[in-house]
Amino acid sequence: MNRKVKQGSKITRIILRIILLFLTIIMVYPLIWNIIASLKSNEEILESPWTLPDVLHFENFVRAFTEANIGGYVFNSILVTVLSLSIMLILAIPSSYVIGRFNFPGRKFLHNFFLAGLFIQPILIMVPLFLLVNDMKITNNLFSLSIIYAITNISFSIYLLIGFMKTIPKEYEEAAVIDGCGYISTLIRVIIPLAKPGIITVSIFNFFTFWNEYALALVLITSDEKKTIPVGLVNLMEVQRYATDWSALFAGLVIVLIPTVVIYIFVHKKLTEGMMMGGIKG
Amino acid sequence: MNRKRRTGFIVFCILPTLLLFSLFVIYPTIQVFSKSMYNWSGLGDGMTFVGLENFMDVLNDGVFLTSLKNTAFLMMVVPFITLFSALVLASILSKGNLREKSLYRVVFFFPSILSFVIIGILWSFIYHPTMGVVNSVLEFIGLENMQRAWLGDKDTVMWVIAFTMVWQAVGYYMVMYLAGMDNIPEELYEAASIDGATAIQQFFKITIPMVWEIVRITIIFSINGVLVISFILVQVMTSGGPSDSSQVVLHYMFQQAFRNANFGYAMAIAVFVFVISIGLSMLSNKLSEREN
Repeated sequence: MNRKVKQGSKITRIILRIILLFLTIIMVYPLIWNIIASLKSNEEILESPWTLPDVLHFENFVRAFTEANIGGYVFNSILVTVLSLSIMLILAIPSSYVIGRFNFPGRKFLHNFFLAGLFIQPILIMVPLFLLVNDMKITNNLFSLSIIYAITNISFSIYLLIGFMKTIPKEYEEAAVIDGCGYISTLIRVIIPLAKPGIITVSIFNFFTFWNEYALALVLITSDEKKTIPVGLVNLMEVQRYATDWSALFAGLVIVLIPTVVIYIFVHKKLTEGMMMGGIKG
Repeated sequence: MNRKRRTGFIVFCILPTLLLFSLFVIYPTIQVFSKSMYNWSGLGDGMTFVGLENFMDVLNDGVFLTSLKNTAFLMMVVPFITLFSALVLASILSKGNLREKSLYRVVFFFPSILSFVIIGILWSFIYHPTMGVVNSVLEFIGLENMQRAWLGDKDTVMWVIAFTMVWQAVGYYMVMYLAGMDNIPEELYEAASIDGATAIQQFFKITIPMVWEIVRITIIFSINGVLVISFILVQVMTSGGPSDSSQVVLHYMFQQAFRNANFGYAMAIAVFVFVISIGLSMLSNKLSEREN
């Protein structure tokens, strides 16, 4: 009897493995196809999706940089991501600290006020946001774009950070006060180091959001030199539709994909842990 | 004195966030509602109050109704398939005795870190009539008569966009469910096995009820996610074509504002979307509560 059960589960396991393997192929195929296509010549791309390149056409990557300005887009995206992350942290850490650990009139209101932002998707307000930014004469500016990225995504960060702030025992703060720390130095020397896991999780999440953001960058950035990667890639796709230099487009995609994949491999544990936390608490 | 310093510190911490949040999030949200009652073509002045006229026009606009229908289609089909597949996959990976299961977690999650733009570009080539892998596979297995321009065909365009969305999100929700399933006590399953419950019965009677709280949250997440993702995928993959058959609400809003300079009209569409998304969140919350 026992043996029979075991054998049964062996067969189930094989079936499961086949299904999972099939799904794995579907999940990674686009990436692999993309890498192969980026090394093909244009004629080979048009021929068939299956063939391998005769010679590896690394010059596609050179073309992506020189003619398609991928380098410039990457630079802009790095700049915007770093700026937005910094602004987000500078705003979210003190706010969530005060809301999470201080008692003052209006605390509850502020808490709900910021969390209401969870229901306001940036894309839903993109039209009035564009008009506002236009009135303020700060369109086509990577710094104002960064502020807007930071603030339109801040609700989630505050929500997650408050959770972390609440878990820090009161004694640490009391000890800091006895040692003569003021409010600001308590925040910097005691709270931030203790909330570090939360700060890292929030930063990783926002990193992917900022790096990949498309809709706002599309309407708030007008000149080609200031475009970020997602907008630049769509632009490149439009151009190549007529020039049919697909291999440069695919090389461009690979240039953008590889760092994302590398970062993902390094942070995937933290990312999924953070997600589970958000999911359970939410 | 100390009290003053404390108040000062609180203000110092909150004020910048409060001001920027009010300016760039709350104010535009209010604008969506107030400006939706104006006719407004072009920047600067030339705004006329028209009351509810924009809303009436929107409801009589065939393209808007198509976009609403398509969005509704995606909102029903995509979350359902995505969340159900995610539940099944999570339960396989959580219960199944597979040594390489952490590898699947990484691989299935991978698409959810990609930008929607890249996903849109890659999948438009997968569905491409001549260069694409879908048609080439069909040819290989002898089903040439099923080949078509998947994104250029009114009958298939919404389905292939929906499939792309499922592909993108399924791993994300799977990881969320895995967290919940890892916490289900093993004894429940043992007791059920002794009582003769099959794996499928256990899945519906134990696994799903035990993670239902997470499922409820993800239903709302996923329905709202459809709005944003469909905008970008449609923008990149079809621009709403062929002949507006793959139009979705936010893409239509975008076109009205930034192609046709109909800002008031675009905001009337945004109001509809706001109302729909809040309404749906409340509805799905209610429904999933009752089922619990």
